[in-house]
Amino acid sequence: MIVSKWLNRKNVFGLLAAILFYAVIQGSILTDILPPFYKLNLILICIYIILATSLNLINGITGQFSIGHAGFMAIGAYLSAIITAKLHGPLALGLLVGALVAAAVGFLVGLPTLRLKGDYLAIATLGVGEVVRIVFLNTEYVGGAAGFTLSSKINWSWSFWLMVLSVVIMHNLINSTHGRACISVRENEIAAEAMGINTTKYKVLAFTFGAFFAGLAGGIYANYMYIIQPMTFSFLKSFDILVMVVLGGLGSLTGSIFGAIFMTVISALLASFPEWRMVITALLLVVMMVFRPTGLMGTKEFSLNFLRKKGERNAA
Amino acid sequence: MLLNIENLSKSFGGLKAVSNLNIEIREGELIGLIGPNGAGKTTVFNLLTGVYDPTEGKMLFQGKDVSGLKPYQVTHRGMARTFQNIRLFGDLSVIDNVKIAFHQHAKYSTLSAILRMPGYFSGEEEMEQKALELLQVFHLQGKAREIAKNLPYGEQRRLEIARALAAKPKLLLLDEPAAGMNPQETHELMELIRWIREHFQITILLIEHDMSLVMGVCERIYVLDYGIIIAHGNPAEIKSNPKVIEAYLGEEVI
Ligand SMILES: Nc1ncnc2c1ncn2[C@@H]1O[C@H](COP(=O)(O)OP(=O)(O)OP(=O)(O)O)[C@@H](O)[C@H]1O
Ligand SMILES: [Mg+2]
Repeated sequence: MIVSKWLNRKNVFGLLAAILFYAVIQGSILTDILPPFYKLNLILICIYIILATSLNLINGITGQFSIGHAGFMAIGAYLSAIITAKLHGPLALGLLVGALVAAAVGFLVGLPTLRLKGDYLAIATLGVGEVVRIVFLNTEYVGGAAGFTLSSKINWSWSFWLMVLSVVIMHNLINSTHGRACISVRENEIAAEAMGINTTKYKVLAFTFGAFFAGLAGGIYANYMYIIQPMTFSFLKSFDILVMVVLGGLGSLTGSIFGAIFMTVISALLASFPEWRMVITALLLVVMMVFRPTGLMGTKEFSLNFLRKKGERNAA
Repeated sequence: MLLNIENLSKSFGGLKAVSNLNIEIREGELIGLIGPNGAGKTTVFNLLTGVYDPTEGKMLFQGKDVSGLKPYQVTHRGMARTFQNIRLFGDLSVIDNVKIAFHQHAKYSTLSAILRMPGYFSGEEEMEQKALELLQVFHLQGKAREIAKNLPYGEQRRLEIARALAAKPKLLLLDEPAAGMNPQETHELMELIRWIREHFQITILLIEHDMSLVMGVCERIYVLDYGIIIAHGNPAEIKSNPKVIEAYLGEEVI
């Protein structure tokens, strides 16, 4: 039975942990125990987890160095905000359209740029991210540099479960033959081609999925924040996301989750000294390069393998 | 005729790495391609598998021209290769190396992977099973979960052959599979190659630098020197060919 395959011990444990965590937070929000500042940061963590894991799909899993993630986030943010605030459409529709348009742009941009290697690809993606921002900056309809306001429609439940759903989808993709095809591109592109992997196809696939989830995260962000402005989606945002991925370990989803949580907490702690944030980030990166160049997790996943029966462990 | 190479040439700038090459291979044959260092052997493989585009000439595989195809398309047509300088997916497990080559024959879609539909589970199970069977042939089943780059050299070479076979080729191209192996390993490898041909019913084109080795297993041999075929025939004919002896001058023939 398919359901019994889904509900192996590991998945059941993960699901229960997610429900428990969600319920505790939801309970403390409903009873007004949780201070707003904590709620804000919990929602930011969800948003950054989606951003970091989706960038990892491109940079860590498939080995293509993109640094324009904020551009796709901006597309999702603006498109969803236009639908919910300007056109008064439903939130779910706004989020979906934002993510789909980001994915479509990712696909169109990915086709030509992913032929580039290394530094050239990085520069191209950086350029694309900036172009997206400048387009919104110069569009009167969305308020130019001042941006526009919207009513906050996203709550903890939306953010948390969309984050869980995104991570599950990316995890399922990575742990499949299509995910292995992406990984083979990272490992050795020449050998991957020789083994029948259409490397261009899988680069574009990873890039499109990555852009989709960046767009989704942007939509959650815009619909929580009351206001969106082009400045939010500058190169520095792409850099923040990249730091989370690198700290957690290129190629590890759980690493990206740790990275997103860690960096969001650091930012929150230093909220009154924003200038120190960059200094600490830079120091962290240097320390990591010296002591653990592969990041916290390397390409490995934090695993609950001990929860599985022996037979299951080998088969998966 | 499985493979028909007609007047194939490849120049790198002024250097003619391969010129006017003609090779014919029938289904089921085990053919040797030998020649001294820099003769152009690997270049022939790179031309066949779409890594390089030929400067001139045609390559017909099962009657269809394969020049201009991308490497992965050539593999889909039924040719798979190994590399002279090993190119495994070093950081991945041994079994994942093999599974990646099964990818083109995978039976479930991206969507069914994401939604974990029944097709995903049966597809993965089948791949796992087939990968283990293939590893067994190469005595690597016990090392399925080990990281490929940690295998001893000889086993890495065997894994490369196993991986190429996972692509289910009709024509297997082996580029110096015995390079760096000791005589004992080399002997076992040659036995294995013979066995693979029978068992998988495939055709093999084998590049070797060492002549004595090819003499034992190949039915026909092409000798390449400075990009030109200088001799072609069965091992006995090649051994006694004065041009071959000259090309290998200073090296011990047989
Ligand atoms: N990409 C390239 N660019 C320029 N020259 C090349 C290239 N590839 C091969 N050559 C040259 O073509 C000639 C044939 O090289 P090739 O690698 O095919 O020889 P080989 O017979 O495989 O030799 P070996 O036994 O050393 O592997 C050599 O002179 C080599 O330097
Ligand atoms: Mg060679």
